[in-house]
Amino acid sequence: MSAKPRIRLPGSVTIGDVIEIKTLIAHPMESGVRRNTDGTLVSRLLLHTFEAKFEGREVFRAALHTGTAANPFISFCMKVPGPGEFEFTWVEDGGARTIERVALKVS
Amino acid sequence: MKNVRQKACAAAFVFASAFGGTGQAQQGGGDPIERELDTYRSMMKSDPWSNPGMLDVDRGEALWKTPAGPSNVSLDQCDLGLGPGKVDGAFATLPRYFVDADRVMDVEARILWCMEKLQGFDRVKLLTRPHPSAGMPVKVLGAIATYVAYRSNGRSFSATFSHPKEREALALGETLFFRRTGPMDFACSTCHADSGKRIRLQPLPFFSKPDEARKNLGEWPAYRVSTAHVMTMQHRIYDCFWQMRLPEVELGSDVSIALISYLVKQAEGGQINIPGMKR
Repeated sequence: MSAKPRIRLPGSVTIGDVIEIKTLIAHPMESGVRRNTDGTLVSRLLLHTFEAKFEGREVFRAALHTGTAANPFISFCMKVPGPGEFEFTWVEDGGARTIERVALKVS
Repeated sequence: MKNVRQKACAAAFVFASAFGGTGQAQQGGGDPIERELDTYRSMMKSDPWSNPGMLDVDRGEALWKTPAGPSNVSLDQCDLGLGPGKVDGAFATLPRYFVDADRVMDVEARILWCMEKLQGFDRVKLLTRPHPSAGMPVKVLGAIATYVAYRSNGRSFSATFSHPKEREALALGETLFFRRTGPMDFACSTCHADSGKRIRLQPLPFFSKPDEARKNLGEWPAYRVSTAHVMTMQHRIYDCFWQMRLPEVELGSDVSIALISYLVKQAEGGQINIPGMKR
């Protein structure tokens, strides 16, 4: 059983606020240069891309490389255009995607 | 509110400048190496939300509530000392004597007991390599322990050690802590009986000083950045024994529980703030 990604949005938000969005996901971020105890190379398995969309529009994107720690924590800031839904996507080597959708409540 | 939030967003850039060596590192007294390390430690912990140990708190919660094992039941009948299924505040009262098991148990020994007696898991299998290797997530038992401990956050260590068997565990723990043994003639107190010692980047708490004991115990289970997983107190003791070149200490054994009892007693009244974040 692996944990669901954690997403944190501020509680009360009004239009025009600059908010910080925090994300945390469980992933080994295997760099591909490490060897097993038997000497064989552990193949690379990274989340290579993080994308955040708000109401279908891209608001943040990050390319992650071999120097990224396991269980990456990514936070970014955004000016709130109005209420809507976030879609966060982590893309793993091989193409597997983890997608989380969270609504942003705006008062 | 608007201003506060903008400050939070601006803070990310302030931290970026600390990387360049222009941050708080230059201020404050004491050993210059310790000052630099404190900067590193405070950056690591500055946002509790960035602690990946929280992922295991979530995972532990799901594992606690999901039916599992040969009996296919959840742990909601598991009694951690406050009654079946009562998780809030339970960790703060452990270790304690349990009548049904007729022994003193810490949080992990008790969860192990519940997994065996309620869910029907094979104890031998649960105790085979019970701790994660570097880079692997904490195992099921450890994730559940992290969740249980998390649900005592903000409370203080308040185990009473009033039962004769609890007092016995305490006395054994104190003896073990100070007794040098093994091929290297090591005791816990070889490293933990003075302030200001450290192994590489890890400060070694002086457990006879209540403030150091409280601060330290309140942070376990903790996420270890170097191994990328949550480490529990049983795992910590296991690893200390390995480092002292002593025989492997079994999870939930009388020896491990005695030592944990002694440490919790030293940390009595200290606030619980789980999961910690360590190098």
